[in-house]
Amino acid sequence: MTADTTILGHPASEAAGAPPHPLREFWSYFSANPGAVAGLALILALILLALCAGIVAPHSPIVTHDDAFLRPPFWEEGGSLTYPLGTDSIGRDMLSRLIYGARLSLLIGVVVVILALVAGIILGLVAGFFEGVVGIAIMRLMDVFLTLPSLLLAIVIVAILGPGLANAMIAVAIVQLPNYVRLTRAAVISELAKDYVTASKVSGAGTLRLMFATVLPNCLAPLIVQASLGFSSAILDAAALGFLGLGAQPPQPEWGTMLADSRELMLRAWWAVTFPGLMILVTVLAFNLLGDGLRDAFDPKLKR
Amino acid sequence: MLRFVLTRVSLIIPTFIGLTLLTFILVRLIPGDPIEAMAGEHGLDPARHAQLLHEYGMDRPVLVQYAFYIERVLHGDLGISAVTHAPVIQEFSTLWPATIELSTCAMLFAILVGMPAGIIAAVKRNSIFDHGVMALSLGGYSMPIFWWGLLAILLFSSLLGWTPVSGRIDVQYYIEPTTGFLLIDSWNSDDPGAFWSALSHLVLPMIVLGTQPLATIARMTRSAMLEVLGEDYIRTARAKGVPPRRVVGLHALRNALIPVVTVIGLQVGSIFTGAILTETIFSWPGVGKWLVEGIFRRDYPVLQGGVLLLGIMVMTVNLTVDLLYGVINPRIRHAR
Repeated sequence: MTADTTILGHPASEAAGAPPHPLREFWSYFSANPGAVAGLALILALILLALCAGIVAPHSPIVTHDDAFLRPPFWEEGGSLTYPLGTDSIGRDMLSRLIYGARLSLLIGVVVVILALVAGIILGLVAGFFEGVVGIAIMRLMDVFLTLPSLLLAIVIVAILGPGLANAMIAVAIVQLPNYVRLTRAAVISELAKDYVTASKVSGAGTLRLMFATVLPNCLAPLIVQASLGFSSAILDAAALGFLGLGAQPPQPEWGTMLADSRELMLRAWWAVTFPGLMILVTVLAFNLLGDGLRDAFDPKLKR
Repeated sequence: MLRFVLTRVSLIIPTFIGLTLLTFILVRLIPGDPIEAMAGEHGLDPARHAQLLHEYGMDRPVLVQYAFYIERVLHGDLGISAVTHAPVIQEFSTLWPATIELSTCAMLFAILVGMPAGIIAAVKRNSIFDHGVMALSLGGYSMPIFWWGLLAILLFSSLLGWTPVSGRIDVQYYIEPTTGFLLIDSWNSDDPGAFWSALSHLVLPMIVLGTQPLATIARMTRSAMLEVLGEDYIRTARAKGVPPRRVVGLHALRNALIPVVTVIGLQVGSIFTGAILTETIFSWPGVGKWLVEGIFRRDYPVLQGGVLLLGIMVMTVNLTVDLLYGVINPRIRHAR
């Protein structure tokens, strides 16, 4: 162990032979992956941007400017620094909408992942602990969800609930649910066979305590990786719903909805189409990089 | 082998029942009275309302209604579109070839580009080519497909004028749909221009739809190949003096195929997801565009039937992939 950490550029400060703190060990693997660090930096920058949107954005994201329809970005003929990335067809500042869009997209990611994670963990624990009828019923239901293409299932749920940002988030969370349920159940079943669980049972722990205090903490690693990757697909799917007109509704500055708004103007105003999509790409890319890095850092097979 | 096939086939029955339950519940969960929704804005007198309820069997217990629904589904009756009044299954089968044509071509494009790229990247590990493939595939994997489609139209159709913007073929050509696949139908027609027109309409949506699967396939092929190339039998083959091409193409690739086939099978779901968006962007007259329009028209029979049929299609493909494993890998066939 000590040898490992030294090789990775972290002088072992611990007493010889003592294993490094798990977090420190984790960070040494994670930081050895430049892509993952870049992803993390991008995400931190996006979070900062979203938090300071009110200070950074030059204009309001929904106020229209009657004197400035479809202004190009400042480096093009006719553009000005008042609207650095131009304006859309009804005179709203692109840059401000993009900045406030970061708030919405991160919010979507957080809400969707938390919803899917909490429901998935509970269902997965139940399916793992009660392998009889209840477990089978839960897993079969998840199989049905997995049979449908993800966007199609989301569309069906939105069709039932009605279009809108909140319903789109619920729909995307349900779409992601099976991943978490399956991961949790698989981890629970392999943990249940171990001695520490038996010991805990023998000393009289109840089912709920076994579920949440004994077994769950040992199932978290794959769930964290999945949550990070789930962030990117949540943002992507919610943007796709917005693009189809089923997600966030105008005038909300959601990137997918912005793309749908400016689709007809594509040939006249390239900037109105290019920038929102670029933001989606960069955000999704950052979360994918982070997820890959987390997976490698958690994977014991790669720690040789 | 027969036992393996039967076990796998029997596994799809519960999934099928679950799927029909889902589509059955879907229509129940939509707020509002279904009869009034069908009647539209004209309204109905209570007597006619009750009569219609009875005609559609909606005054029966829910379980009986579900049994009737299953019976109709098994007889191929998926209801009638609330907008066009054509049978849903007939509309689906007219549009389905367009979706299949686009999806198959996109998949072929993804496999034919992605697998060689992954193999070369693995063989030339850490070269510029390898890093390039990995970077591009990460980008392709994260790409919002609806934006990629718009960019492609902007660049190739508007700026360069290489390809048409939308549709499947120029309006000047009329092709009798015999197979429904325009590439085949137009090839068989006497007009060579028709085939080129169909092909030029297909290229851009095919590339856009194929991008995400391509990225995933390239990544998976590379990592599967890397794993296999480190095995002892590869070193043995090399030591025996087997030519490098044969080692890679025969010894390594064959054993790397299983995870790759798994991933290709899993891409089918994402291809259909992508097809919904691609068809909407390129005005491609397929099932995906039809379903999205169905939502906006509140055409619930179309939604219900379309979702069921698409689900069945995905199930069938998954089953085929499962059976293919058995052919590729005898260990799976003989397990248990």
